[in-house]
Amino acid sequence: MSILTDQGPARSTAAPALEREAWLDGVNPATKILLALVLSIPLLASIDPVSALVAVGLQLLCVPLTGLRLRRVLARLLPILLVAPIAGVSMLLYADPGGRVYATFWHATISDASIALAVAVGVRVLALALPTILLFGRTDAIDLAAALAQIVHLPARFVLGVLAGTRMLGLFLDDWRQMELARRARGVGDSGAVRRFLSMAFVLLVFAVRRGTKLATAMEARGFGAPGVRTWAHRSQLHARDAVALAGGVVLIALALAVAVWAGTFRFVWS
Amino acid sequence: MNSPARIEATGWGWRYAGRRSPAVRDVTFRIEPGERVLLLGASGAGKSTLLAGIAGLLGGDDEGELTGRITVDGQRPEMQRGRVGLVLQDPDAGVVLSRVGDDVAFGCENLGVPASEIPTRVSEALDAVGLDVAPDRATAQLSGGQKQRLAIAGVLAMRPGVLLLDEPTANLDPDGVHEVRAAVEHAVTAANATLIVIEHRTQVWADLMTRVIVLDADGGLLADGPPDEVFARSGTPLAAAGVWVPGHDVDLPLLQTVGDAAPVLSARALAVSRDGRRPVRTGLSFDVPDAAATVITGPNGVGKSTLALTLAGLLPEFAGDVVSAIDMAGRRGRRPSRWRSRELLTRIGTVFQEPEHQFLAQTVRDELLVGPHALRLDTAMANRVVDELLERLGLASLARANPFTLSGGQKRRLSVATVLATGPRVVVLDEPTFGQDRLGWISLVQLLQEEIGRGTAVVTVTHDEGVAQHLGGRRLALVADESVEGVAA
Repeated sequence: MSILTDQGPARSTAAPALEREAWLDGVNPATKILLALVLSIPLLASIDPVSALVAVGLQLLCVPLTGLRLRRVLARLLPILLVAPIAGVSMLLYADPGGRVYATFWHATISDASIALAVAVGVRVLALALPTILLFGRTDAIDLAAALAQIVHLPARFVLGVLAGTRMLGLFLDDWRQMELARRARGVGDSGAVRRFLSMAFVLLVFAVRRGTKLATAMEARGFGAPGVRTWAHRSQLHARDAVALAGGVVLIALALAVAVWAGTFRFVWS
Repeated sequence: MNSPARIEATGWGWRYAGRRSPAVRDVTFRIEPGERVLLLGASGAGKSTLLAGIAGLLGGDDEGELTGRITVDGQRPEMQRGRVGLVLQDPDAGVVLSRVGDDVAFGCENLGVPASEIPTRVSEALDAVGLDVAPDRATAQLSGGQKQRLAIAGVLAMRPGVLLLDEPTANLDPDGVHEVRAAVEHAVTAANATLIVIEHRTQVWADLMTRVIVLDADGGLLADGPPDEVFARSGTPLAAAGVWVPGHDVDLPLLQTVGDAAPVLSARALAVSRDGRRPVRTGLSFDVPDAAATVITGPNGVGKSTLALTLAGLLPEFAGDVVSAIDMAGRRGRRPSRWRSRELLTRIGTVFQEPEHQFLAQTVRDELLVGPHALRLDTAMANRVVDELLERLGLASLARANPFTLSGGQKRRLSVATVLATGPRVVVLDEPTFGQDRLGWISLVQLLQEEIGRGTAVVTVTHDEGVAQHLGGRRLALVADESVEGVAA
C-alpha cells in the first residue's frame, strides 16, 4: 500500500515543494556544462582503473551537495552499469595481449593486460557518466535555456525553439500508445510488427510537422521573433559559488590523476 | 493602462499558396474599440483565417495572396506585435513552456518588457483569468480548461488592445467551458480590450457579446448586427450552415432508456489502469445492454476513457474482469482483452477520440477496406460493404481522398464508418461529438441511433448532455469522489 501512495498522482504535485534547495542548485547551468567538461576530458587522456575509481569515489562523496538521493543516483546509473561491461568485454577479448595469457580463440586473447584494460575501461565509462547525472539530475530545462542564451550567448530563437519543442515529446508518447491500441482495434494487431511500426512512425512524423506548425503559430502570436531586444524574466547570473564549484571540480580531477601517478598506474591513452 | 483597439477590414481576402480559391473573400467591416464580436460562419468559411489576418500571422507573399487590407488602430497588424493577442482552439497548442509563470511571462519577454515589470504583469494576468496555481506549477498537470485559461493569461500579460479567441471551448468539457467563459468575461473587463470570438456554441457566448458577424462561405458577410437581431433574421440559414443558434433545436427523436436487458458485456469488480501499474478506477460492476446505448459520463480524470478502452478489449483489466455474452466468445474465451486483434473486428469496434490515430490507408476507400480485408472477405463482398457505407455516410464523393485531408466532421464520420465496416456487435466511442459543429453533431447522433436500431450495442463516453438524451439506453455516471466507486444505472 505504501508503494501505491508513494507513486500516486499526489506525489508529483507535492514533491517539488518539499524538496530542499541544494548547494548545487545555486550553481549556474552554464557553469555545470563547463564542470562536466572539466570532470570528463582529463579522464579521456588516461586509461587506468585508479584515476577513474578515485574520481567516482570523490564524486559520490559530493552527492549530498546535489540534493539528489543516493538511491535515485544509483537508479540512473543502472543503465550505464549495464552498458559498461559491454565496453569492458571488447577490451577483454581484443586488446593487445600482455603478461600471462589465460585463453585464446579466433582473434580473441584474454591476458593480464587485457583484463586490466577491461576493468579500466569499464570503470571509466562510469566515471564519465556520473558527473552528468549529478550535475544535471535536478537542472530545470528552462534555467538551462536561460543560461545558454544569456551566459553562453547562443541565439534566443534557437534555444527557446528547442526548449518548446522538447515539451512535445510527452504528447508524441501518448500518440504512439493510442496508435498501438487503435491498430489492435482495427484487426491488424496480430502480425506484421515491422510494417506496423513503419506506418506508425510515418503518422507520427505527420503529427510532428503539424504540431510544430501550430506551436510556431502560438509562439509567434505571443510576439516570438518580434523585432527589438528580448528581455528575460529570470536573469541568469554567475556568482562566487560558480567559481567555488569550478575550483572544486578542478581539485577533484587533479586529485584523481595525482593518486594514479602516485600509485604508478597513470598511463596516457597514446602511450 | 492600454486602450482597446479599432479594427477595420476593407475588401479583405486571402488565398493560401497552393489553393485554387481564396479562404476568405471581400470582407469589409469596422469594429469599434471595446466591442465584443462573435464571429460565425459555416465550416470552411474562413473564420480562423480572418483571425490570423487580424493578428498579422498569415505571413508574406510566399504563404499566400492578399487582397484588400486589415488595419488595427489604422496600422498594419504585422507592425503591431503585442497589440493583438490570439488564443488557439487546441489547449495543448497554446502552451509554450513547462512552468505556469514562465509561460505567462513568455510574451512579455518577447516584446522586451523590462524584467522588473514582468512579475506584476504575470500575477495580474493569472488573476484576470482566475487561475489560482503556483507559478512553478507544471503546465502539463493542468486540466484542459486551466490550460486554455493559461493561454489567455499569456496573451493578457502582453496587454493587448484586442483579444482574439479561436473556438476557445470547442475541446473542453462542460466545467472547462464554464471556467473559460467566466475567465474571458472577467478578463476583457479587466484588460479593457476589444474582443472577437469564434465559437459554434453560441448559447454559451451570446449574452456576453454586443455584435455578431457572420462570414459567407461564398465571400463577404452573411449578417452583421446585434446578436438578437442576427439570430432572428438569419437563424435558419445559420443553423443550416452548422452554427448552434438559440431556439433552433435538433430534429431527432429521443431514444428510450432501458432497464433490464440481456447484457453483451459485463464488468465484474473491475479496476482499470492506463499504464498497468496504477488503477485509475476500481470496483466497477455493471452490464452493457444489447441493442441499446450505454452512456458513460463524469468529470475529467475520472477514468472514463480508460474504462472504455478496457471494455473494448484494448487494455487488459487491472483487476476483476470484463466478460462477453457466451455467443460472442472467442477462441480464448469470453474476455475481450484476451481476444486476438482480428477476433475483435466482428465483436467490438472502437472509435478513438482522435480519428487520425486510427487511420491506416492512403484513401478513404482503402481505409474502409482495411477491416473487411483483415476478415478475409472476398473482393466482391468487401466492395459491396464499402460502397454501401460510403453512400450511407455521405463520403462517396471523397472515396479517393486521403483521410488526413478531410475536414473534422468528415474524419469523425470516416472513423465511425471504418468500425461499422466489419459489423461489430458492440461499438465503443470516446467523445464522438468533440469539436463538431451542429451538422457534424446531427449526422453523428443520427448514425448512432440507426446503429442502435439495427441491434448494435453502443457504448459512448461523453460530456455532451445532448448525446446522452438522444441515445437513451443506460447511463453510467462516474463520480470524482473516490468513496463512491460503484456506478449509478
